Amino acid sequence: MSVIFEVENLSLHYLTRFGNKIHAVNDVSFTMEQGEILGIAGESGCGKSTLVNGLMGLFIPPLHPTSGDVRVGGESLMNRSPKDIRQNVLSRKVSMIPQGAFNALNPVRKVKDIAADVMAAHMKGMDRKHIYERLKERFDLFGMETDKVLNSYPIQLTAGERQRSVIGISTLLNPQMVIADEPTSALDVTTQKVVIKLIFELLEKKIFSTMIFITHELPLLRHVADNIAIMYAGQIVEKGTAEQVVFDPRHPYTKALMGAMLSADAEQKTRKPTAIEGAPPNLAKPISGCRFAERCPSVKPECKNREQVIRIVGERQVRCEYAE
Amino acid sequence: MQNKIFDAVNCVRSFGHGKKFMTAVDDITFDIKDGEIVSLVGGSGCGKSVLAKMMLGLYKPTSGTFLYRGKPITDHKAHWREVQSVFQDPFSCFNQFFTIRSQLKAAFGIYKEKPSDKEMEERVDRALLAVNVKPSEVEGKYPFELSGGQMQRMLLARIFVLRPQVLIADEPTSMVDACVRANILDYLMKLKHELSMTIVFITHDIGLAYYVSDRLFIMHKGKIVEQGPPEEVTTSPKSEHTVQLLEDIPDVNREWIKRA
Repeated sequence: MSVIFEVENLSLHYLTRFGNKIHAVNDVSFTMEQGEILGIAGESGCGKSTLVNGLMGLFIPPLHPTSGDVRVGGESLMNRSPKDIRQNVLSRKVSMIPQGAFNALNPVRKVKDIAADVMAAHMKGMDRKHIYERLKERFDLFGMETDKVLNSYPIQLTAGERQRSVIGISTLLNPQMVIADEPTSALDVTTQKVVIKLIFELLEKKIFSTMIFITHELPLLRHVADNIAIMYAGQIVEKGTAEQVVFDPRHPYTKALMGAMLSADAEQKTRKPTAIEGAPPNLAKPISGCRFAERCPSVKPECKNREQVIRIVGERQVRCEYAE
Repeated sequence: MQNKIFDAVNCVRSFGHGKKFMTAVDDITFDIKDGEIVSLVGGSGCGKSVLAKMMLGLYKPTSGTFLYRGKPITDHKAHWREVQSVFQDPFSCFNQFFTIRSQLKAAFGIYKEKPSDKEMEERVDRALLAVNVKPSEVEGKYPFELSGGQMQRMLLARIFVLRPQVLIADEPTSMVDACVRANILDYLMKLKHELSMTIVFITHDIGLAYYVSDRLFIMHKGKIVEQGPPEEVTTSPKSEHTVQLLEDIPDVNREWIKRA
């Protein structure tokens, strides 16, 4: 097992029109080994999608890197132009499966042409006929009517077919790393299962091996991911194996997040899903002390003044000095 | 004997002609009683939303009868005074060019006679507080300035403003994360308890439906394949489609998909 992806103290900010900085991602560090699936969970607006852009090294204003480094196979992605990143990194080294499949596909082009453009851009000199053949080969893996899907416009496909096509296009060039940003959150449970099955099949066929899976559904991550990182207000507050985080959460935020989950189990009917009161802190202002202090059920008076750092509790990383 | 709010007998709704002919709601018979929370559960394309639109009077049944309080729906405006809805995507429900507050106030336009300006302002304030939003937080704000969770709460605030007798909630939680979802469910329960509202809750997540409802309808391809109290439907499902829906939920404690 070799380390393939390293993120070191990554901080990102948005620069607004008025010159304000919004520190959306703050001091995120982790490493990933070949073949690992890392799940990142957190509520809306906690910086998950911003982190994705940072991890690809794609900094399009108003997003700017503050500090830190991202390395894929030892190669740094920081301080490179978007053009350079698009040509040399995206699709081949790091590829992203976007959130809304419908917004990701050009509505006036057929699926095969969208896919062929990706291949043509990265493999100069390949003729269109050859590309279509390769496409067909790849799409045959997906358990769909390949000819029908490839010759359709996005609007003619069902949501599941669209999401599978997007996954197909994202993984066409066998990327080293795949970042899936909420690939299933717009789908119903049955279609979600089909899409996850497809991802597992691609993993098995060694199309790609390392993946970051971003979602807000913790129960889903338990089945998909090896390790889970929980994000809150731009920081990772807990990171451990899937079992550790889901069944034995230590950080108060992870505990609260698990409390908000629902299930159809009979024993669960009596347990009321509890929402976390309040809202996350405003990231445009400097924050001193623990970011979760305002909403923490077990808050101590000194929490509001003391910045929390990652420490090791019960074999996992937790950003809370009172976690046991 | 409780009053029947909706009463459908052999209700069919189909679309298109010739090659494109398809039946969205296929020979459905059911009734919904006063003060009940009923959930319609089913995968994409099973006809849930078409049924919701029929309840709102936006579609008429192709054949069969669909009655609201014993009468067919004819006058839309009168119908919407009593039956209101919450939709999936709050951003497409609000006009981007007006402030949220003015749009909440505009909701009173449905009444024959608007209450006085002062009363309208007061009711909007109270509705905002009911969904845990301070009126000052949304003062002068436009829809795009709020987050998805906040917007979904604004839609619910609109319901608190109008206080209808029946609420059709079409996937109100599918666009928001788990924390906000728990919040929104709380508000729905609050609506039921405070205003004794009849709620039709439409979702694809049987876990959610199980939590909120008094009765479950499982739909598949335009038909109601199973109905009953949530405990009965989830513990001893009779239809294969119910079993499928239950199995597809990624539960923490259960085997889901094996990774190779």
